[in-house]
Amino acid sequence: MRERVSVTVNGRSYEREVEPRLLLVHLLRDELGLTGTHVGCDTSTCGACTVRIDGDTVKSCTVLALQVEGCEVQTIEGLAQNGELHPLQRAFHEQHALQCGYCTPGMIMAATSVLERHPDPTDEQIRKGLEGNLCRCTGYHNIVLAVKAAARG
Amino acid sequence: MADPAAAEPEGEQFEGFQGESPQLPEAEVGTPQGKGIGTSTLRKEDAELIAGQGRFVDDIRLPGMLYLAFVRSPVAHATLGAIDAARAREIPGVIAVLSAEDLHFEGGVPCGSNPTGDARQPTRWPLARNRVRMVGEPVAVVAAETRHAAADGAAAVEVEYDQLPVVVGSEEAVREGAPQLHEEAPGNLCCSIRYATDRFDDAVAGAEVVVRQRVVNQRLTPVAIEPRGVVAQFQPSTGEVTLFTSTQVPHFVKTFVSVVIGTSEAKVRVIAPDVGGGFGSKLNTYAEEYVAVAASKALDGVPVKWTESRQENMLATIHGRDHVQDAELYATREGRIVGFRLNVLANMGAYLQLLGPTIPHLTLFMGTGVYDIANYSCRIDCVFTNTTPTDAYRGAGRPEATHVIERLVDILARRLGIDPAEIRRRNFIREFPATSATGLLYDSGDYDKTLDRALELVGYDELRARQAEARARGKLVGIGLSTYVEVCGLAPSSVTKAIGVGAPGWESSTVRVHPTGKVTVVTGTSPHGQGHATSWSQIVETELGIPFDDVEVIHGDTAFAPYGLGTYGSRSLAVGGTALYHSLRKVREKARKIVAHQLEIDPEDLEFGDGRFHAKGSPERGMTMAEVIGAAWSADNLPEGVEPGLEETTFFDPPNFTFPFGCHVCVTEVDRETGKVEISRYLAVDDCGRVINPMIVDGQVHGGVAQSIGQALFEETVYDEDGQCLTASLVDYMIPTAFEIPFIETERTETPSPTNPLGVKGIGEAGTIAATAAVVNSVCDALGVEHLDMPLQPERVWRVIQGLDEKPVEAGPLETKGGGTS
Repeated sequence: MRERVSVTVNGRSYEREVEPRLLLVHLLRDELGLTGTHVGCDTSTCGACTVRIDGDTVKSCTVLALQVEGCEVQTIEGLAQNGELHPLQRAFHEQHALQCGYCTPGMIMAATSVLERHPDPTDEQIRKGLEGNLCRCTGYHNIVLAVKAAARG
Repeated sequence: MADPAAAEPEGEQFEGFQGESPQLPEAEVGTPQGKGIGTSTLRKEDAELIAGQGRFVDDIRLPGMLYLAFVRSPVAHATLGAIDAARAREIPGVIAVLSAEDLHFEGGVPCGSNPTGDARQPTRWPLARNRVRMVGEPVAVVAAETRHAAADGAAAVEVEYDQLPVVVGSEEAVREGAPQLHEEAPGNLCCSIRYATDRFDDAVAGAEVVVRQRVVNQRLTPVAIEPRGVVAQFQPSTGEVTLFTSTQVPHFVKTFVSVVIGTSEAKVRVIAPDVGGGFGSKLNTYAEEYVAVAASKALDGVPVKWTESRQENMLATIHGRDHVQDAELYATREGRIVGFRLNVLANMGAYLQLLGPTIPHLTLFMGTGVYDIANYSCRIDCVFTNTTPTDAYRGAGRPEATHVIERLVDILARRLGIDPAEIRRRNFIREFPATSATGLLYDSGDYDKTLDRALELVGYDELRARQAEARARGKLVGIGLSTYVEVCGLAPSSVTKAIGVGAPGWESSTVRVHPTGKVTVVTGTSPHGQGHATSWSQIVETELGIPFDDVEVIHGDTAFAPYGLGTYGSRSLAVGGTALYHSLRKVREKARKIVAHQLEIDPEDLEFGDGRFHAKGSPERGMTMAEVIGAAWSADNLPEGVEPGLEETTFFDPPNFTFPFGCHVCVTEVDRETGKVEISRYLAVDDCGRVINPMIVDGQVHGGVAQSIGQALFEETVYDEDGQCLTASLVDYMIPTAFEIPFIETERTETPSPTNPLGVKGIGEAGTIAATAAVVNSVCDALGVEHLDMPLQPERVWRVIQGLDEKPVEAGPLETKGGGTS
């Protein structure tokens, strides 16, 4: 019943035997102990589980663990480099773009791809780019400012 | 400088994407003087959350832990028949299937609300017995080795339901012949709360103008982004219970778990770790918490975890609002309000949760809003239906009050041809403290000031002129005002008792000063995004002179904290912050005695500033806080009667509520073709008393306003006639995304509260309380109609524009008493 999956997450290789129906988000959380990626809905609406797979931002609740065979996955835990926060992490802190912090990892991961597509994004590009990520605390006001601030370095 | 309006191309005013992008604020790291009260100090909570190192309930795993999945009723009303778990038990990994017969509870899920003294509080067992009354009601629970096995097991449990007639709406529930939910609640009536000022009917009988309106404040689903979850373990050898749960009220949960499970409260430890939003939905104790503890007990102490799915969250976690209101406003022809009558049907759902009827009771108390209305009558009938229980949802009774009075005042203004700003001015309460028609003592206020500031900032007169021009070009542009007051700082314990709430309203704090000069604050509040660790540390820095970064704040663990009431009702700063203030003052006064003793000075002759005591008039003669802390620890030279150490605890019961207020302005443009409402400007001018951290206060306003815009434009929890919830997923229930919410402009005036020494009031719910009226008033203004019920989804608005529903009216008829129309 179980099948083998080999995947690189945040630069480290893992090999696990998993049930074929296991979702990537549960592989990350339950099998690899990377609990920074969250689950907020059943319908791939909220974006709390957003990660990057081979550079694409993906909702990890829409992907089976077996589908990432041989892939490079990046999660919020892998965003800071050499102890240095990613500019988006710093900007979310400095612009007060999080309150409860539950949506934050997914929001930041989604924002990384907004900035890759639009290095100097307009408000509309930021808002459109984060449309798949729900936040119930901030009204998005400071999230938009944080993405803008991160773009400006 | 060029006139920005003139620079816009002809016909393009009021368009464009969600307002102007505000200037990026400079990241403030405190003033040069430090990070104390009044500075936009960045949050100390953020570091772990932005790194993915937060610790939420579902992140916790205990050795040998089993996963729980609930079997829930798929029907809204039925007699419960046989539960057959044979198939489920055969599924690999399933360890147990437990129903009401297998788990012992001393009582039902508690309700702490009885506003009338005779409210019907039907027992709700954590697992259904004999009958189910709502879709999603837990019937049995499966424990299994994996999430998957638990889910498979729950799906395989076969339950017989003998269906009964269903009633969903509150108006249907009180009709003759309606299906009845509870034997002990004839007519589906939980309670009828009534209040009227003396000789109300006589007082309003001669009113020149009467405005009547039915207002529906629709049912909402709170949708904290983290669903609920629990990890529970019962130790059979000792009877100890450890319960991690995503809650706003860990101490309540501790008390009630001990009662419902039947174990010593001293053996129960409840921990609220990081909590991913609450908005009132976690101001409760839930069936699943009791079932999880009982299941661990039944399974000989194996730890168990339950993580709520979003669908479960939208069926089994409380809903909010669901009021049908009939309102009558009585006034003179000059627009002076003489009386207000409000009759409400409040849908309680199938059972009472923690606060049930207290929520509409708060509506009753705040019904007259910011206005000097001498004559007030309110009747609230709380009604059972086959739906999810309603309870506290951000604002909790006050949004319902603000919305209806602010709508009626706008309709009155329209009928009398008076500007909405002017009619408000003619009726504001102006002398404080002010006793409202319901006997509340509004602590302080200046309603003209927030209104004037808001009108000045939006350029009201020019805005009206531009609106007229836009209308002349066929544009549907509206301007809406909402002037609100709310009651928070919940609550004086004598008042909670008097209004039938089964819990007091005080809050606790402990300040522990360590020998090295660091400070631990233990607070009874239980934040879930509000930033208490930051604000509390700021208060410590200002009051003790100990740096912000040297302070740690512990909350949410009943093993460490003195009993606390938790975080809800915009109470944490006004009550919990004040409890902290008093503990800090006790530390300071003890330190003063030690300094006085060691320096041989009268304590009265010492001054304190910048973390140092010194003799009045001779600043060189003194001791730093660090030196005093050392002296208190070494304890070799303390004054007579002074104990070693510096640790103080306070239980603070507030003498009164606090009453934040403000004025919000919303500018909308409605698309004639699609009915879509675009908010082109939203301005909030709030007065929450003294501000500890302006950045955090702005954030609370942003989020509250966004949630309220969600109610005004998008959100509605819908049931079909069989009691099936049609909006039980985030695909069907739309909470706004970044694309729907505009930038929110914030501004403040500062009128200190005399209720507490910090002068603070509270800001957590202001945005949610104020904004629906601002948005709906704006859209009604744009369309030229008197009233529309929320949510103003495009179809509803489009139907009005098309004349399919309510006809646009340029001026409603003056309904008068006695003298006929003028």
